[in-house]
Order: sequence, then structure tokens, then C-alpha cells
Amino acid sequence: MAKIIFIEHSGATHEVDAKTGLSVMEAAVKNNVPGIDADCGGACACATCHVYVDPAWLDKTGKPSAMEESMLDFAENVESNSRLSCQIKVSDALDGLTVRLPESQH
Amino acid sequence: MTGDPGTEAAQSPDLSGRVVIVGAGHAGGSAAALLRQYGWTGPITLIGDEPLIPYQRPPLSKAWLKGEADGDSLALRPASFYTEQSIRLRLSTGVSGINTAARMVTLDSGEAVAFDHLILAVGAAARKLPVPGAELAGVLELRTAADAELLKNALGPGKRLAVIGGGYVGLEAAASARALGAEAVVIEREPRVLARVACEELSGFFQDYHAARGVTFEVNAQVQGFVGTDGRVGGVALGDGRTLPCDVALVGIGALPHESLARLAGCECRQGIVVDEATRTSVAHIYAIGDCTQRPLPLYGLSGRLESVPNALEQAKQVASLLCGRPAPAPETPWFWSDQYDIKLQIAGLPHHAVTRVIRGNPADAKFAVFHLDAENRVQAVEAINAAPEFMAGRLLVGNRKPVAPEKLRDTSVSMKEVAA
Ligand SMILES: Cc1cc2nc3c(=O)[nH]c(=O)nc-3n(C[C@H](O)[C@H](O)[C@H](O)COP(=O)(O)OP(=O)(O)OC[C@H]3O[C@@H](n4cnc5c(N)ncnc54)[C@H](O)[C@@H]3O)c2cc1C
Ligand code: FES
Repeated sequence: MAKIIFIEHSGATHEVDAKTGLSVMEAAVKNNVPGIDADCGGACACATCHVYVDPAWLDKTGKPSAMEESMLDFAENVESNSRLSCQIKVSDALDGLTVRLPESQH
Repeated sequence: MTGDPGTEAAQSPDLSGRVVIVGAGHAGGSAAALLRQYGWTGPITLIGDEPLIPYQRPPLSKAWLKGEADGDSLALRPASFYTEQSIRLRLSTGVSGINTAARMVTLDSGEAVAFDHLILAVGAAARKLPVPGAELAGVLELRTAADAELLKNALGPGKRLAVIGGGYVGLEAAASARALGAEAVVIEREPRVLARVACEELSGFFQDYHAARGVTFEVNAQVQGFVGTDGRVGGVALGDGRTLPCDVALVGIGALPHESLARLAGCECRQGIVVDEATRTSVAHIYAIGDCTQRPLPLYGLSGRLESVPNALEQAKQVASLLCGRPAPAPETPWFWSDQYDIKLQIAGLPHHAVTRVIRGNPADAKFAVFHLDAENRVQAVEAINAAPEFMAGRLLVGNRKPVAPEKLRDTSVSMKEVAA
């Protein structure tokens, strides 16, 4: 279990307990956190699970794969801390992870 | 005719009405969640005839079939979600009738459930192959988790799978069967696999890729029937007189929309329940979403049936926005994906008005894209193999209808950013 904190674009905050092994996207969707559409269910095919990882956590979340990087390349409002949340696996090391959500996923 | 303008939800959003959703699949489950997210306060009842809470079907032929995903990960949301959100889930419950005047649906048990708004999210059924032997044990289809369970149990090292129909689901199942150590033969009526849904280049690529991984193909083949002993399938009889031995057969020849309920209610149906761009059927207070609909395709000035998760989600958003009085979401570019072996296929758009094809990259590298252009060099559709930039840029181009320069598109030294600029 790890606590993940999602901060919506509006500032609304959601704290969820996420099972180890799930993706950060699944943790959001299963808890009805708005703002992560995840149209492809985690297949790294849609880029509608875009989040900004809090800079303090960037080391722990690791680097995106080549596929993820090229998907992000064409997503909207991409920043250097952008990730596709379906590609980040929840682990004990991520307890307390904070991610911000973009204004929209399209 | 669509709806009665006087009672149009969008004009006087009363968020307290009773919503009944028939079909607890991807579209129905998503619509229920979005209604709550958008502030619906009234009772929501989600009725489905399957025993499971709403789940995703795509992994059934892919990660789940290969044993790479567990059952829990299939569920769209955990069971507790529905309790927390006061969404009344009635599973293993079929709806058999609709009384439009009294605004009630009738359950198989005879019980009536009243609604102010009714959302039909009934999906589609696997098309049957009407041949002798189709009733034998081991002749399977793949639409539900229960179907997938039967298929998975029948596969394993040394087992022989015969797939009837070379569509996406059939090819994905063949790839998964190979991953499980089973043999697989794909039997296709047309001269090439994916004939209805992909261009020749893509068909050729997939057939070669599968063949190199041990899948065999019978194209231009007619299935006469299934043969077997003791009530269990043992082979597929072909039109040319041969019988291909198998331990299990999967019939994957497309899906037919569930229309019967909508017809009973008087909703217009034409290869699917006819809806408008906001999911209204021809009958007031009744909406339809997902695989069961015949929907407008505003980018192409046509209507059609889309069988995909992005379509189910788009229409779930449309109906939730309409009922909650939110602005209609912008129309999306239709898209689809498929995973086979280490190949990621992503498709955006529909090649309806296309006159030329431009290939970018080299199929031999398993990394390329086929762009379909209309007479004004506007991208109508893109089919991308392990080519995310081509897919993402192509999807944008389909939506914004900007003409492109074919020679730039063909030239991989010009980035997709530049092509799309
Ligand atoms: C094996 C497989 C792989 C797929 N892969 C992909 C993919 O990679 N990408 C993609 O985009 N799409 C894929 N799809 C398609 C996608 O799953 C569908 O488009 C999506 O599930 C449609 O959602 P839906 O809610 O409209 O229909 P469904 O999910 O089929 O749900 C409809 C539900 O309604 C129930 N129902 C019907 N009639 C009644 C009634 N009278 N009373 C009560 N309940 C009723 C049905 O039993 C069903 O549970 C795949 C489909 C399958 C089967
Ligand atoms: S859920 Fe589709 S890319 Fe992450």
C-alpha cells in the first residue's frame, strides 16, 4: 500500500490508498479521481492519463520508456515532469507520491 | 425526430431524476460514474445480465488471456465504488421489456423498475456461424469474461486452436495462444486477414508477423462445419474437403448490436440503435451508447457503428453531459488500438473518403504507418505500427483537416511535428 495524492487543476486534492503493483492511473480510476480519463485502460496507447509528477518524486518514479516519451511528445501542455500515469507502478517507495493533473486530457 | 424539446434535459437540468442504465459494460459503467462526477443526485440503477461488475473486454484476448493480468485488474472500478457513489448495481439481471408510456423497464423476473431517463448500453453479441457442429463443446466465441475463461482453460502447450475469422479479436487470440505454447491456425473467408478493417499493407504485415511466429493461415477458405467425437470438437471441415484438426475453435466473425429492446420501445434501429450526436434515440427519454449504436460520424458527414472503448467512453460523456446540462463535449476522432506479440497497432480516423495511401517507414522494421489521404491531401485515417508519433500527429491531423505534403509525410527524416505543423 502507498498513499498517492492527486491534485486536480482546480486545486481539489484526493488522497488514495493504492495497492502495490497497480499503476498510478489505476489507483486514480478505481477511486473515481476526476481528470484521468485513461481511455485505453493502461495500454500506453491514448495519453489521456497525463500527470505532472511533483519534482521531489521524479527520481523515484524513474524515466519514461521510448514509447511513452513519443506519446507524451504529442500530448497537450507537456512539461519536463510530465508522465503517463499508467506507466508508473505503485510501490512502497512511492508512499506519499504527489501528482498534479492537467486542465484537460484532450 | 429526437426527444421532446419541452422536457429536454439540457434545457432544464434537473439532476434528481431516476436514471436507469441497461447493460453494465464499458459504456454503461462509465456513464454511471460520469453522471455522479458531473453532479447527478438522483437514483442511478445499473442493470446488467452478466454476473460481474463492469469490466474491460480488451484484455480478454490479450494480457488476461496470456495470464499477464489478473481478474481484479479487469474491473473498471472496485465493487465498493458503486456503494460509495450510491449507484445501485443489479447484476445477473436481464431486462426484457420497456414500457415507454409508463416509463418502466421490465426485468426477466417480471419486476418493473421506473425511470425518468433510460440509457441503453446493451452492447453487441458475437455473430454465430450457422454451420453443422457449431453446438459442439469447444466451439467458442469471445465476448465476455465467461467466454474468455473457457478459451483460456482450453489453451496450453501442445493444444491446437482454430480461429475462424481473421479480425482483431481472432488475431489477438492467436498471438496469445502462441504465447501459451499452443498451435494456432486462422481460417479466413476473404483473400486476406483484417479485410474489413485494415488496408492491404497492414493485413500483409500482420499475416507475415504471425506466420513468422508459427501461426498458419487458410485464406479464401469456407468453413463447412465442425466435426468431433463425444460431443466435443475435433476439427474444422473446409469447403475444399480438408478437415483441420483442432482441440478448440474460436469463432470471431464480428458482432451484431443488441437491438431487440430498443425495437420494443419503438426506437429507430438501422444496424444499431440510431442516435444523434448527443446519444438521443428517436424516442424521448431514451438514450443509447456504445457498441449497440448507429451514430453520427461528424468528421465524415456519415453515420456508422464503432465497436471500441474510446467510442463507448465518448458516448458515455455525451449522455452524462446532456443529462447534467453541461456543454456538449467536442467530437472526438475515432480511434482504436490492438496489441499482438510486441506490436502496438494504433488507428485513428476512418478511411471513408481516402483516395491515396502514403507509407511512412518500413514494414520490415515493424515500425511504420499508413496514412490515408483524401483528394485534398487531408489525412482521413492513419494506421500506425509501433509508431506513436505518427499515430498522435495523425490523430490531430484527422481532427483539424489540415492538408499535408505527401513527400514530407513519406520522408522519415522530417519529424511528425514538422509534418503536422
Ligand atoms: C475480446 C475483445 C477485445 C477487444 N479489444 C478492444 C481493443 O483492443 N480496443 C478497443 O477499443 N476495443 C476493444 N474491444 C471492444 C470493446 O470492448 C467494446 O467496444 C466495448 O466493450 C463496448 O462497450 P459497451 O458497454 O457498448 O458494450 P459491452 O461492454 O458489451 O456491454 C454491454 C453489456 O450489456 C449487457 N446486456 C445486453 N442486453 C442486456 C439486457 N437486455 N439486460 C441486461 N443486460 C444486457 C451485456 O451482457 C453486456 O454486459 C474488444 C472487445 C472484445 C470482446
Ligand atoms: S491509460 Fe492510455 S496511455 Fe495511459
